Amino acid sequence: MTTKYTKDHEWVSLDGDIATVGITKFAAEALGDVVFVELPEMGATYLKGSEVAVVESVKAASDVYAPIGGTITEVNDTLTEAPETVNEAPEAGGWFCKMRVTNASEMDALMDKAAYDAHCAAEG
Amino acid sequence: MAEADTLKRTPLYDLHVEHGAKMVPFAGYEMPVQYGEGVKAEHVWTRNHAGLFDVSHMGPCFLFLKDGLGEPGAHEKIAAALETLVPSDIAALAPGQGRLTTLLNEDGGILDDLIVTRMPDESLQGMLYIVVNGACKQSDWALLRDHLGDTAALQTADDRILIAVQGPDAEAVVAGLFPEAAELKFMRCAHIQRDGERFMVTRSGYTGEDGFELLLPSNDKGKEIVGTFLADERVKPIGLAARDSLRLEAGLCLYGHDMDAKRDPVEAGLAWTIQKSRRARADFPGADRILTALENGPAEKRVGIRPLERAPAREGTEIHVGGERVGTVTSGGFGPSVDGPIAMGYIRADLAAPDTEIELMVRGKARPAVVADLPFIKQNYKR
Repeated sequence: MTTKYTKDHEWVSLDGDIATVGITKFAAEALGDVVFVELPEMGATYLKGSEVAVVESVKAASDVYAPIGGTITEVNDTLTEAPETVNEAPEAGGWFCKMRVTNASEMDALMDKAAYDAHCAAEG
Repeated sequence: MAEADTLKRTPLYDLHVEHGAKMVPFAGYEMPVQYGEGVKAEHVWTRNHAGLFDVSHMGPCFLFLKDGLGEPGAHEKIAAALETLVPSDIAALAPGQGRLTTLLNEDGGILDDLIVTRMPDESLQGMLYIVVNGACKQSDWALLRDHLGDTAALQTADDRILIAVQGPDAEAVVAGLFPEAAELKFMRCAHIQRDGERFMVTRSGYTGEDGFELLLPSNDKGKEIVGTFLADERVKPIGLAARDSLRLEAGLCLYGHDMDAKRDPVEAGLAWTIQKSRRARADFPGADRILTALENGPAEKRVGIRPLERAPAREGTEIHVGGERVGTVTSGGFGPSVDGPIAMGYIRADLAAPDTEIELMVRGKARPAVVADLPFIKQNYKR
């Protein structure tokens, strides 16, 4: 299983052809208290970089983009009743959705942990 | 960072940074949007204990007679001058009493909302203490000077520290340094002179809780007072984000969002700021339009809105009924004390009754909601 990151602070873990997608700890901390997550519909197909979910904090709504293209196979229903899970465990129980990837090689262009940490350090 | 270069800082800037604030541009100032614990924690703390807000970006000022200050009839003279621009009965204020009013354009549109307080001191009759919004202060002050300059002078005080201390513990905290504060009732003011400094303490606020707003000198003495409040374990500093969720739960308008120059006080739900005496005299700007709206009811009304699902509806969200657009959300978000999404907006008057079923168009999807009474929480003012 490999985990990669986007400059917009999504993470994606690929296991076989199933990718799990969420937002990073850095993003969750910047957003503050998450009060609602609009999850994608089961079976919907998304291109890499398209808007796959919306996360709402007390302050504002922010788009979440698909780090990789694919078809939704599962959404994290926990977030419907307990959106605060995104703050508590953004890179574990606070995942947004799973998708069957269209082209696994799209992972190659994303950042690894070291590159992402450097990206966050630069954003301050 | 050209923008940051032109942003002003309040006298409390260093204190915010010390307390771990995230600073953002707001109304031309670098202001704290939140501190370390986050918006929800700050919001709930204010409702349960006491929150301290830096509102030094706002526009406190003093409007006073050029001649005859403290003489008999002085208050009536300054009130008559200001009443040419606002629809509230300023003359009827008792010494030390304040009230909410609006500055109106010639069409009766709202240029700003403001609190006008009659100075309590006998020697300062003919002087009003006025606090206007930060984003409007330069244009408000220009308007006051242009229209009232023959009889009144305006002294701005936005170089001082203006803080709000809000919440059930606010009285005990503020009375620790200003015992006079405990005696004040809602919308009453004390002018305290001590150690060569002057302090304005008003029992008012923007959270729906009991609390005070204090105008303090910007020097070390003023900062020391703020430091003393913050050192109290009942007090935490609160940022702009929680200030917004607190005022939304309390059903209070934010100028530029819930009202603007196109809206008159009647549709904005502020008809109560136009006292009978002023309605009878019909001598304020836009009186024709406003009195007609009072008589016939406005075409649209400001109402509370409760989304029935978890998704918040933000400013600009369209309100639909039966597939037809009938209004717009003007403030919307999440209420931590309500523990759910809340909003306010304007809707066609025939649909403005509480519990009317409406739909909110959030990201293209119709979400069910109902019109709701304002405020969303019980206001805890000390009447």
